[in-house]
Amino acid sequence: MAKILMKGNEAIAEAAIRAGAEGYFCYPITPQSEVAEYMAKRMPEVGGVFLQGESEVAVGYMIFGAASTGKRVFTTSSSPGISLMQEAISYMAGAHLPAVIVNIMRGGPGLGGILPAQSDYFQSVKGGGHGDYRVLVLAPSSVQEAVDLMMLAFHLADKYRAPVMLIGDGMIGQMMEPVEFPEKYEEEPLPDKTEWAATGSKDRKPRILKSLFLDPEKLEKNSWELDDMYKVWRRDEVRHELYKVNDKNRILIVSYGTMARICQTVIDELEAEGISVGLLRPISLYPFPTEQIHAEATKKNIEQVLTVEMSTAQMLEDVQLAILGKKPIDFFGRTGGIVPAPEEVRAKIMTMLGCSEPKAAPAAGRTAAAKKATARKKR
Amino acid sequence: MANAITSIFERPVALQETVTHYCPGCTHGIIHRLVAESIDELGVRERTVGVAPVGCSVLAYNYFNCDFLEAAHGRAPALATGFKRLRPDMIVFTYQGDGDLASIGMAEIIHAANRGEKFTTIFVNNAIYGMTGGQMAPTTLPGQVSTTSPHGRDVATAGYPIRVSELLSTLATPLYIERVAVHTPRHVIRAKQAIRRAFEYQVKGLCFSLVEVLSTCPTNWGKTPDDSIHWLEDNMVPFYPLKRFRTPETAGEVR
Repeated sequence: MAKILMKGNEAIAEAAIRAGAEGYFCYPITPQSEVAEYMAKRMPEVGGVFLQGESEVAVGYMIFGAASTGKRVFTTSSSPGISLMQEAISYMAGAHLPAVIVNIMRGGPGLGGILPAQSDYFQSVKGGGHGDYRVLVLAPSSVQEAVDLMMLAFHLADKYRAPVMLIGDGMIGQMMEPVEFPEKYEEEPLPDKTEWAATGSKDRKPRILKSLFLDPEKLEKNSWELDDMYKVWRRDEVRHELYKVNDKNRILIVSYGTMARICQTVIDELEAEGISVGLLRPISLYPFPTEQIHAEATKKNIEQVLTVEMSTAQMLEDVQLAILGKKPIDFFGRTGGIVPAPEEVRAKIMTMLGCSEPKAAPAAGRTAAAKKATARKKR
Repeated sequence: MANAITSIFERPVALQETVTHYCPGCTHGIIHRLVAESIDELGVRERTVGVAPVGCSVLAYNYFNCDFLEAAHGRAPALATGFKRLRPDMIVFTYQGDGDLASIGMAEIIHAANRGEKFTTIFVNNAIYGMTGGQMAPTTLPGQVSTTSPHGRDVATAGYPIRVSELLSTLATPLYIERVAVHTPRHVIRAKQAIRRAFEYQVKGLCFSLVEVLSTCPTNWGKTPDDSIHWLEDNMVPFYPLKRFRTPETAGEVR
C-alpha cells in the first residue's frame, strides 16, 4: 500500500479500525478531538459502534462494559480527560479486561494548556488510579509508529487481558506525516475470549466480571496474579530503540516520543562536528527498559547521561533507578506546552561537556527557532 | 394419581440457591425475585447480563443466575451502555440503589435515559445509604433522621429529596418509567407487572425503561420490619407517589 499523508489523530483512529476495533467511546477534548470526528464517520462504515458519552468518567465505564463483551474497544482523550478515566482503568485492571486507551497529552497540572507535553508520565506508568496495578504503556515518536503501536496495543491488551495505554504528546496527534497501513493485518494467535467474556450463561455457570473481592485472601490472590503478569511484561514486552549508540559516545541521551526525535536532530548535528552522542529511546514506558539503559549507560565511554523530557523531570526517576548512581545523570526539559528547539538541547549538551557554544550563526532554516531559544534563555 | 405432588411454588431458575446477606425485613430479596421471575417468564436468562451497583446490592451477582458485571459507584448505566451497544442481542439490566443512582450516578442515569439506551434499570429507593450505615441520601425525606442528618434532613441546607422517576419523565426519550412498592402483597403483584413489562419492552427492542421500587431499610431506619412497612406507607408513598409516569403510548406527548 502506498504511503498517505495523515494527521496523527486520524492515523490512530484508522489504525484502530484496521486492528479490528468494534467499539469506540469518547468525549471531546483538545488536542485529540479529530480521533472522535474521524471515528464518527468511519465506524458506521465498518459496522462498528461510535458513541460520544456524557463525560470521560462515563466513557471509562462504557469501555469497561463494552470490553466485557470480548470485542475490541478503545477510547482516546487528553490529559484532564485521562485523569477522569483513571478510576475505570483501575477497575478494568482489577477485572482483567482488555481495552486500549490513548492519551494525546497536553500541559498540566489542572486544566493546564492545550499544547504538547509529556507531563502525564507518572500518571501513566506509576498507576494513575488506586490499587496494585500497572498499565502497559507505549509511546510513539512518529505518526507511523503511532499506527504500528496502536495495532500492537490491541494485540497486547487481548494477549494479557489488560488495559494498554498509548501516550503521545499533542505533536503526535496534531502533525501530519506519511503513513503506511499494512496490506493485511496479521497477528499471532491470541487466547480465546469466549473463555471469559460475558456472553450469557448458556450451558455454563454465570460469569462475573468484577474487581470486588471482599475476602482479603482473594483480593491478595488477584493482586499477585496481576503482579505475576507484570513480571512477564518486564521480561517479554520491553521495547526500545537505539540511535547512533556506539563506543565513541560521550553522552547517552534517554528520551521518548517527539522529544526523542528532536534529540536525534541534535545528535546528527553534533556528529558532524565530531561530538559523539547516542540516544536510547524507550518505546514501552511500562515496562521500562531498565536493564537496557543500565547496560548502555554503564559502558566505559559514557561520561554522563542526559534525560530529556517535555516535563519537569518525571521519567528521570526511572532512569536514575536504572543507572543506580553509576554514572552522573543530568536533565533538560521544557514543559507547559513548550516543545524545545534542538538548539536548547544542544546548548545543554555543550554545557555538560564544558564546551562553550560557537558564536557562528545557527544552521539555515533554524534561525527563527534559535532566536526563540535564546529569547527563552534570557527570560 | 391421588398421591402425585405438584410443585406450585419454586425458586426461579434465574436465582441461585444461596443464603441471603440482606437484613431481616429488607425488601431487596423480593425485588430480586421479581426480576428473576420476569427473566424466567420471558425465557431470556441465557442471554441476560446484569450490572451490579455499589451499595447493599453490590453482591447482586451472588443471587442472580446469569452473567454479571460489577460497576463502580454510580456507573452501572455507563457499563450497561457499553455492553448493550456492542451486544444489542443481549438483555441487559442495571440494579441500583438511591445513593448509587440518584447521587453519584445522576449524570450516567440521565444521559443513558436520554439517549434511549436499550437496557432496563431497576432503581431501588429506600431513602438512605444502606450499606455504609444509614447516611443521608438525595432521597432521604425532609426531617428524616440519618447518621449524617442526626437532627433530621434540613431542607434549608440539604434541599428537598430528588424524585427520580419524575425527573427522568421530563425527558422525551425514555419509553417506560413507573414507580412501584413491595410492602404489601398487592403492591408486590403490581411491582411484578411493572418489572416484567420493563423487560418485555427491552426484549421487543424498546427502551429506555426504569422501574423505581420503594424499599424498606429496617436496620438503618431503626425500626422493626413491621414498623418499616408502615413507615414506608405513611411517609414514602405520599412523597413518592406510586404511578406510571411513561409508557410507549404516552412517550409522544412530551416530544
